[in-house]
Amino acid sequence: MVSRDKSNQKSIRSMIQENKSSRSQSAVMEKVVPKLFLICAIISIFTTIGIVFTLLTETFTFFNRISIVEFFTNTRWFPFAADKHADFGIIALIMGTLTVTAIAMVVAIPIGLAAAIYLSEYASAKTRKVIKPILEVLAGIPTIVYGFFALTFVTPLLDKIIPGGISIFNALSPGIVVGIMIIPMIASLSEDAMNAVPNSMREGALALGATRFEVAMKVVLPAALSGVIASFVLGISRAIGETMIVTIAGGSRPTADINLTESIQTMTAYIVQVSQGDTGYGTTIYYSIYAVGMTLFVFTLIMNLLAQFISRKFREEY
Amino acid sequence: MDITINKQMVQKNEKEKDFTPVFKINNLNLWYGQDHALKDIKFDIPEKQVTAIIGPSGCGKSTFIKTLNRMVEMVPIVRMSGEIVYREKNIFDPKYGVEELRTQVGMVFQKPNPFPKSIYENVAYGPRIHGIKNKKVLDEVVEKSLRGAAIWDEVKDRLHENAYGLSGGQQQRLCIARCLAIEPDVILMDEPTSALDPISTLKVEELVQELKKDYSIVIVTHNMQQAARISDRTAFFLNGEVVEYTDTSTLFSNPSDKRTEDYITGRFG
Repeated sequence: MVSRDKSNQKSIRSMIQENKSSRSQSAVMEKVVPKLFLICAIISIFTTIGIVFTLLTETFTFFNRISIVEFFTNTRWFPFAADKHADFGIIALIMGTLTVTAIAMVVAIPIGLAAAIYLSEYASAKTRKVIKPILEVLAGIPTIVYGFFALTFVTPLLDKIIPGGISIFNALSPGIVVGIMIIPMIASLSEDAMNAVPNSMREGALALGATRFEVAMKVVLPAALSGVIASFVLGISRAIGETMIVTIAGGSRPTADINLTESIQTMTAYIVQVSQGDTGYGTTIYYSIYAVGMTLFVFTLIMNLLAQFISRKFREEY
Repeated sequence: MDITINKQMVQKNEKEKDFTPVFKINNLNLWYGQDHALKDIKFDIPEKQVTAIIGPSGCGKSTFIKTLNRMVEMVPIVRMSGEIVYREKNIFDPKYGVEELRTQVGMVFQKPNPFPKSIYENVAYGPRIHGIKNKKVLDEVVEKSLRGAAIWDEVKDRLHENAYGLSGGQQQRLCIARCLAIEPDVILMDEPTSALDPISTLKVEELVQELKKDYSIVIVTHNMQQAARISDRTAFFLNGEVVEYTDTSTLFSNPSDKRTEDYITGRFG
């Protein structure tokens, strides 16, 4: 026995010795691999810089033709009119985007949050195991399918419900459907945040005679607030950037008026409309999509900064 | 045979001591799935005294204390039989709301578990959920409870700072203050000093002595010296059974069961 042990030891020792000879090779790997990873990181950074640079230069060209003051104060957006009569007032597009986003959040925040509270505070482990994957499937449906759902199911339904009917293209239907699309995201992310709240805190509140609802609303939700708000803001960002649903069901008539039953156009839908058309390179309309894209970019950037600020302010350390 | 004799002796001991019981436990059995964790528990817990529960790890002492305010039902697979009578009412009676029970029977946990809120809000939480909104009343309750938990002087200038800035011992006394704020009748303590340093432990022990004037206290501890120092009566649990239950001085000086003697002299556990 002993001799065999010894021979075993020897063989391992000799294997280590053998491997030592290849150390130089692994030393090279050790030097090269981090550089490879750095290059990958740089690729994504440069892509971002490149996109922002393109956006900026083309936007700059656009503002050489249309004054920035007009762009942000004019409430009419009629780029396809004959040269002298064309209007480039982005407010009309911004209003379309904000209307759809507001409707979506009115739908998604209460339902998503309620679903998250149910999953985290009430559902048994079994129920959660069934519901969470279903939510994730919902999140995986392509947005174009949601778009047709809005146009062919929700709009006719709303037309029956709303007295006086509703236009075939309108703000309400895509708004609701964008909201439905965002529910799983808010529910899932908020549930993660609430699940991360230690159980000892729930026990502390329950031991004081709190009901489960009081525990959820006054202990778990405040403790998870930063994560919950982050999920709302991600939802808002997603709604602002959502393209397919609003293109299909929202229509293409930009307006600064708030009328939920009439056709609208969002910033994203306008970019789609121009990209699909036969607009020539170098025309004002061509440059306008960059200006709109830049505005969209600034919007989401502000949203994200705001989110960081809010979640830092509301964070409850535990 | 041995066991039945001991049970008779336990009962005899109980008869000798006359006290007003706050809890009467009758034939309590509890299972976690197939695991029989509490077996035919039967004894009375006195009012305005400190009752210590001792025993080796896994003997069911934490499970037992958590049945007294029904926190044990947080475990989904738990099953129970028998009854626990709290002030003439069976706590398992469906008509007796679990929230109502828990406002009467407060609990302090093994690890301090303050809410991630200010010191003030932690103490005001209980009164608030039970509908007290008047700021002046709340201010008074907060001060009274913090004084009651012997932590007022340390925190009075920082009431609106986050409770997580306190030391572990301070956090535990804050949790006791939080429990006092709803003026409970009984306070359950589940190894309240096991996560604390010796100085903080001493402070909590002194506090327990102070609190028993107004409250009935049940304390689980794996520290036998602690049980001997602070409790009036002691129950020794082993494998889910109560081996011996009598007043603390008797249990530690003249145990009637061999297993109790072995445990308190350090032969096992």
